[in-house]
Amino acid sequence: MRFEAPKTTELAVALLAQETGTARVLAGGTDLLVQMKMDMITPDLVVDIKHIDGMHDITPEDGGFRIGAAVSGAALGEHAGVCALWPGVVEALELIGSTQVQGRATMAGNLCNASPAGDSVPAMAAAGAVARIAGPDGTRDCPVADVPVGPGKTSLAKGEFITSILLPSRPDNASDAYLRFIPRTEMDIAVASAGVSLEFDAAGTCTAAAVILGAVGPTILTADASCLVGTKLEDAALEKLAACCSATATPIDDKRGTTEFRKDVVGVLAKRAAKIAQTRAGAKS
Amino acid sequence: MALDTEKREFKILGTRPLRPDGVDKVTGRALYGADMSAPGMLTGKILRSPHAHARIISIDTSAAEALQGVKAVVTANDFAKASNSFMQDGLDNCMARGKVLYHGHAVAGVAAVSEAIAKQALKLIAVEYEVLPHVTEILDAIKPDAPVLHPDRNFKRLPEGTAANISHTTDFGHGDVEAGFAAADLIVERTFKTEATHQGYIEPHACLASMGPDGKADLWCCTQGHYNVRGMCADYLGMNISQLRVTASEIGGGFGGKTTVFIEPVALALSRKAGKPVKIVMTRDEVFKASGPTLSSLTDVKIGMTKDGKITAGYAMLRYQCGAFPSGTIDLGAMSAFAAYDLDAVHTEGFNVMTNRPREAAYRAPGAPTAVYPVEAVVDELCLELGLDPIDVRLLNAADEGTKASYGPTFEAIGLKATLEAAKAHPHYSAPLGPNQGRGVSAGFWFNFGGNTSVSLSLNDDGTVAVTEGNPDIGGSRASISMMAAEELGIPYENIRTIVADTNSLGFNDVTDGSRVTFAVGLATIEAARAAIKIMCTRVAKIWDIDPEAVTWEDGYAKPAGENAGKYDPMSLAEIAAIANKTGGPIAGHHEVNADGAGVSFGVHLADIEVDPETGFTKVLRYTVFQDAGKAVHPSYVEGQMQGGAVQGIGWALNEEYIYGEDGRLQNAGFLDYRIPVASDLPPIDTVILEIPNPGHPYGVRGVGETPIVPPLAAVSNGVSRAIGKRMSALPMSPPKILKVIKG
Amino acid sequence: MNKIHVTTNINGDPVEYLCEPQETLLDVLRNNLQLTGAKEGCGSGDCGACSVTLNGRLVCSCLVLAAEAEGQEVTTVEGMADGDKLHILQKKILEHAALQCGICIPGILVASKALLEKHPDPSEEQARYWLAGNLCRCTGYDKIINAVMDAAAEMRGA
Repeated sequence: MRFEAPKTTELAVALLAQETGTARVLAGGTDLLVQMKMDMITPDLVVDIKHIDGMHDITPEDGGFRIGAAVSGAALGEHAGVCALWPGVVEALELIGSTQVQGRATMAGNLCNASPAGDSVPAMAAAGAVARIAGPDGTRDCPVADVPVGPGKTSLAKGEFITSILLPSRPDNASDAYLRFIPRTEMDIAVASAGVSLEFDAAGTCTAAAVILGAVGPTILTADASCLVGTKLEDAALEKLAACCSATATPIDDKRGTTEFRKDVVGVLAKRAAKIAQTRAGAKS
Repeated sequence: MALDTEKREFKILGTRPLRPDGVDKVTGRALYGADMSAPGMLTGKILRSPHAHARIISIDTSAAEALQGVKAVVTANDFAKASNSFMQDGLDNCMARGKVLYHGHAVAGVAAVSEAIAKQALKLIAVEYEVLPHVTEILDAIKPDAPVLHPDRNFKRLPEGTAANISHTTDFGHGDVEAGFAAADLIVERTFKTEATHQGYIEPHACLASMGPDGKADLWCCTQGHYNVRGMCADYLGMNISQLRVTASEIGGGFGGKTTVFIEPVALALSRKAGKPVKIVMTRDEVFKASGPTLSSLTDVKIGMTKDGKITAGYAMLRYQCGAFPSGTIDLGAMSAFAAYDLDAVHTEGFNVMTNRPREAAYRAPGAPTAVYPVEAVVDELCLELGLDPIDVRLLNAADEGTKASYGPTFEAIGLKATLEAAKAHPHYSAPLGPNQGRGVSAGFWFNFGGNTSVSLSLNDDGTVAVTEGNPDIGGSRASISMMAAEELGIPYENIRTIVADTNSLGFNDVTDGSRVTFAVGLATIEAARAAIKIMCTRVAKIWDIDPEAVTWEDGYAKPAGENAGKYDPMSLAEIAAIANKTGGPIAGHHEVNADGAGVSFGVHLADIEVDPETGFTKVLRYTVFQDAGKAVHPSYVEGQMQGGAVQGIGWALNEEYIYGEDGRLQNAGFLDYRIPVASDLPPIDTVILEIPNPGHPYGVRGVGETPIVPPLAAVSNGVSRAIGKRMSALPMSPPKILKVIKG
Repeated sequence: MNKIHVTTNINGDPVEYLCEPQETLLDVLRNNLQLTGAKEGCGSGDCGACSVTLNGRLVCSCLVLAAEAEGQEVTTVEGMADGDKLHILQKKILEHAALQCGICIPGILVASKALLEKHPDPSEEQARYWLAGNLCRCTGYDKIINAVMDAAAEMRGA
């Protein structure tokens, strides 16, 4: 195995593109090193992107924020601006692993690990986040939701890596929330999860809703949240949302939960997250 | 050795001094199993079976041996034949012979100059397997046509019609059980299931072995009993015991799981072949797959009760799954099941059944938690149905001094009733509960062991004292041993240093298990101190020229007694030690004993549980442990045992389990999916220590380590059942399981 | 062999080492530098026994490549005491009898120190969540949390 720590994006792309064996990008390493330890992968090349300019930066952009690919959960959580604008995304990223893991884990890494249970992914997708991808053919932007295409698989081509993620601006009276279910209070992988982003008008009526489900399908799933639009999230609307989420979910039975349990619980999480987002948006109920 | 007849006021017992090994452990200086190195050391690695059950057709190690940097490869052929079948099981578990019996079973070992080369060598070992049908569940393993693990051995087909996988059976009781049930106003009969759990010590097994061409060997390892390690390893390597010296490292948790050997004989065999020191450290994955988890169980319990709460009869059928080799934990389970109750009619039976899982090892009160849980759950259900208070009912039926236990003996002074009364009077028991909350009560029991023990105690010429014992210190025992020595000698705690000696420096000691150390090593230490005191009094008598019987020992001084009282100035231990060379030479005391009279132990736990009715998520809101410690030598470490045991039990009740796939492979061999409790899962664990002296120890001490893991399974289960209004009957009560019961 | 030369700083001291590219910081601390205070309980970031700080951030050293430490600052449990003077957290762990086997304690200490640097007045719940990645199997965490809260109070008062 070779270890490289290039100083520029171009060098990193060239290293990744030219490697004939298995190449892996290292940002926080909290998934990569575990996979190496378990002999799940044996990379020929590891490219540490943390020495590239901008990778640790959080930059305001068009009313939103651009988050560098090496910004850790701990660093994001210390950024008041991002916490105020997208509290659901921040809480989702901060749920990953322990305090120790938070010192290293990144949104971009969570996205590229392409686990359907990655905590920050449903929240980012609900927020309409966009990944900026550098590659041999230059830079492109791609909605976060289109990056993972199956368990462990992404749409990134050879030589490509994510350099930053844009969390867009949002109107007033809007907010987001993320909830996951785990059997303990910490240290588990999500058994089911829901990221919810809602917009309200001045009267407190929901005008737009995005609900993305995690750990209940091969990738994140988009639930039809139209049942919330035009409501003030009354119980009937929330029950409809829960039923819709349960119907959308296509989970598997495994060591972390049963199909039946995941379908049930994902609906409960979605309605509870919606209530939290509503409160955060300051919407009149 | 009985309780001191004169009621004494303790000066040091009951205080909370700092532990002698503490500074090393907060600075990173303490040396655990994996922390030791030797010059020229090789790295050892073990090849493990990918199959749950397979015949080994052949093992070709030639390519691995040819790899540059590989210094030795061993298989079962490199070990001696063990001296008996029990020992042979231990060896076959360390290295498969003929067949692999579980996923992760060792088939070969490699020693190489680096870990990377050792890992590469493992990939070059070609093992040809004939895969056999496997069995991992109790009911499957007893089917008449089940795959049989040891077809060449004559295991009984009992109960009749079962496969030859049952290694032990048990059956005992007293009274007319049928008449008892006939006299009941209500009978509850249920079947309970528990899953296998792991001790979950944070330190993986680790050892460093070094054997020279002369056959003399040294072994450093993390173990609960290095004398046991010495005996097993010497047997497996065909050595005579005197040629192997074993030193116990600091131990990073054991809870019963480090009472046997796994990698140690392999490291010695590799070292013998390579002529260099070999270190083996298990990965966490190996710890889960190939050390010794506890049993899983399936138990039927039937209890009859009158409407005023008197138990008329109890029956239990226990089925314990014990992994790939014979085990007798069923006896301990069956004996524990009804131990808290004074019953006229009781019958307990059961068996251990072998499966294609790792060999069961001891886990804190082995056999007891899974036997007490079903009984305590049925008692709770009877209380609910009859509208009775669960503590009142337990008090009404509680075992007491003079009770004939279900398994035969008659109890001496025990603390069960006092413990129940303390729980009933505690504010926790009367605190209000909110919606979706339930309070669970359970009693629990453990026998406590004594066993073979050697202690040596020497006076230094400055008046300080060296205590040498031979039981690895797993939770502060060097502190409690030093305290008992200081108490007996009448000198300050700080003037004593207690060390754990290697196997050549002290006589034999049984393993640190069965909650035996504070009791048995403490007892031997007190006797060793008394032996030294006797010598000191003799020396002083010589100086004073009076009869030795006329010298007494009091608060660290030799004093003239009887008609000589007041005639001479008392001499301190330090004064006597300083001139020992002039009065006959060094002064020491020692004691060797197979200690008896450990004194059984009871505890009662209260658990307040809240359940989220929409997700089945449980939260432990409040938890209190009440336990009889006999005499708490160092109360902080007694509390620590009570808290730690309770939390291991909470984990067992809520989320911990071994999960096997259809292919017989373990699916959750890591701390990510083997979910032990984390700090944020728990409330403070309150403790109430009761002190009902054990008649079998001079200071009244009882072991305290194991009892606290027994009650939590039922306490938590009863709390959950009361919170959701439905009876849970399977562990772990993971959220999917609870939600399913809620939804009916 | 394609060993990498790393120049770094550990507990305030300049340190150089050679490591293989796949070796972790924990491997190098323990095997090359004989800093065996950090323990490997799992190797997968699930137990926290290998906790160190990297440029002030609490991390699992089993999830950091040794090569990544180039030019960084690492602190371990061996750097906690000031000569023969124990850190308040170390003293409180002893006074509260908060260790039994002690294998998790180096990680607990490093993590707790990081907690109190960021949150000098944590709630008990905050301390429990911060330490959720530090598994302890002996104590049930009760005395550990008490020791950390007591240390926090004393450090605020000092």
